[in-house]
Amino acid sequence: MKIEPGGAIKEPGSSIAYKTGGWRTFKPVIDAEKCISCWICVGFCPDAAIEKTEKGKPPIIDYDYCKGCGICANECPKNAIEMIFEEK
Amino acid sequence: MMRIVKGNEAAAIAAKLAKPDVVAAYPITPSTDFPEKIAEYVANGELPHTQFIPVESEHSAMSACIGASAVGARACTATSSQGLELMHEMLFIASGMRLPIILYNANRALSAPINIWCDHQDSISARDTGWIQFYGENNQEALDLMLMSFRIAEDPRVLLPAMTCIDAFICTHTFEPVDIPSQEEVDAFLPPYKPTHVKLDPDEPMTLGPFGVPEYYQEMRYAQHLAMKNAEKVIDEVFEDFKRRFGRKYSKVSPYMIEDAEIVLITLGSVSGTTKEFIDKMRKEGKKIGMVKLTVLRPFPSKELIPLVKNARVVATLERNISLGYGGAIYADLAGTLINEEKRPLLIDFILGLGGRDITFKDMEEIIKVCEKLVEGERIERPVWIGIKKELV
Repeated sequence: MKIEPGGAIKEPGSSIAYKTGGWRTFKPVIDAEKCISCWICVGFCPDAAIEKTEKGKPPIIDYDYCKGCGICANECPKNAIEMIFEEK
Repeated sequence: MMRIVKGNEAAAIAAKLAKPDVVAAYPITPSTDFPEKIAEYVANGELPHTQFIPVESEHSAMSACIGASAVGARACTATSSQGLELMHEMLFIASGMRLPIILYNANRALSAPINIWCDHQDSISARDTGWIQFYGENNQEALDLMLMSFRIAEDPRVLLPAMTCIDAFICTHTFEPVDIPSQEEVDAFLPPYKPTHVKLDPDEPMTLGPFGVPEYYQEMRYAQHLAMKNAEKVIDEVFEDFKRRFGRKYSKVSPYMIEDAEIVLITLGSVSGTTKEFIDKMRKEGKKIGMVKLTVLRPFPSKELIPLVKNARVVATLERNISLGYGGAIYADLAGTLINEEKRPLLIDFILGLGGRDITFKDMEEIIKVCEKLVEGERIERPVWIGIKKELV
């Protein structure tokens, strides 16, 4: 998407094009062995960047939008989410 | 048609000929004639399609112009000194949103102490706002540059706001003969403003001035930089077309007697006239002095300046401004322009004529004396203040 002179936005709903994942310093990584599919992280994610899957499988983190806030790792009852430093 | 008019009126006539959709202005000495004249034209029915908005402050004046320009209107304002400072934050909004608003500025000193007279500090302090800046030498230039600024600013390759700066009282309140083009000639020169990049329209909505996050902000600043670069070319084209249509020649830099000049004085605004006369006198005495007048300060005319000044022994900037703790603003631009040239002159900045003090031949003789000392190899502490009454400080 090209930026218009003056930054005018002519298409509505364009916030989806803005990938906030670039803000991240620490990346949440789920350990599938420890995950009990309780979906607590899904509910807590302030960016709705974690998606439910099916029982017995871990949820999927959308790294395009995950800002790496770490709430999911903090809330996980099984400590199944590790925040890993991301080098850019 | 020749008429004898004040500088303020010359600028107002230019604005009138451009048939703006909106003029929003708050009166401030010494530019007050401008909104008065526009109000008069509107009241007399001479500008039937212009909305004149008498706002409550300069911040509001620029804000109203921004709103008007954002719906696709041709918007214009005038101010001076404190008024330009009160607009300051909105100047960045106008350029960042790429709204080609036209501003007429009467160059006046900044408070404190309060002073209404000629000084370039106001617009010099606005040189980083992303506005194109023109400086006129006389009333004819006030009219012509204002008129051309509409076309340059609105060019789809540019889309930047532009200000035309004229010296307080020396020009704004001095009557001079001014050649006023006809409406037909101006209509042929200046097409109506029809923007596509920004135009608030309920039928085709768009978001203006959205959040510019780190991922996009730098690109938007870069786009403004490219627009300034484009303006370099567009200014030349418009100056050329203006000459063809109206017979008056403009260029970003105007050299005077520089072919063999050992000392070149760099001027801005009305002092250029005094300087030319001074040079004529010096030439009779066999002194090789020349001058380059800057008509455009932003985009800075580096490319045009280098060949004009690089062979001189000393280039001196006459500065009606002071970046306190550093020196003259034009000196800094010029030094940066020349620093990588293999052959370059010595440079020095002279601070003078602040707060309306006249710049006289005596001042210029002093400047030449300092320049001659530089040629002889003496080290001079800069900036050099001219005409300071040492007994007062």
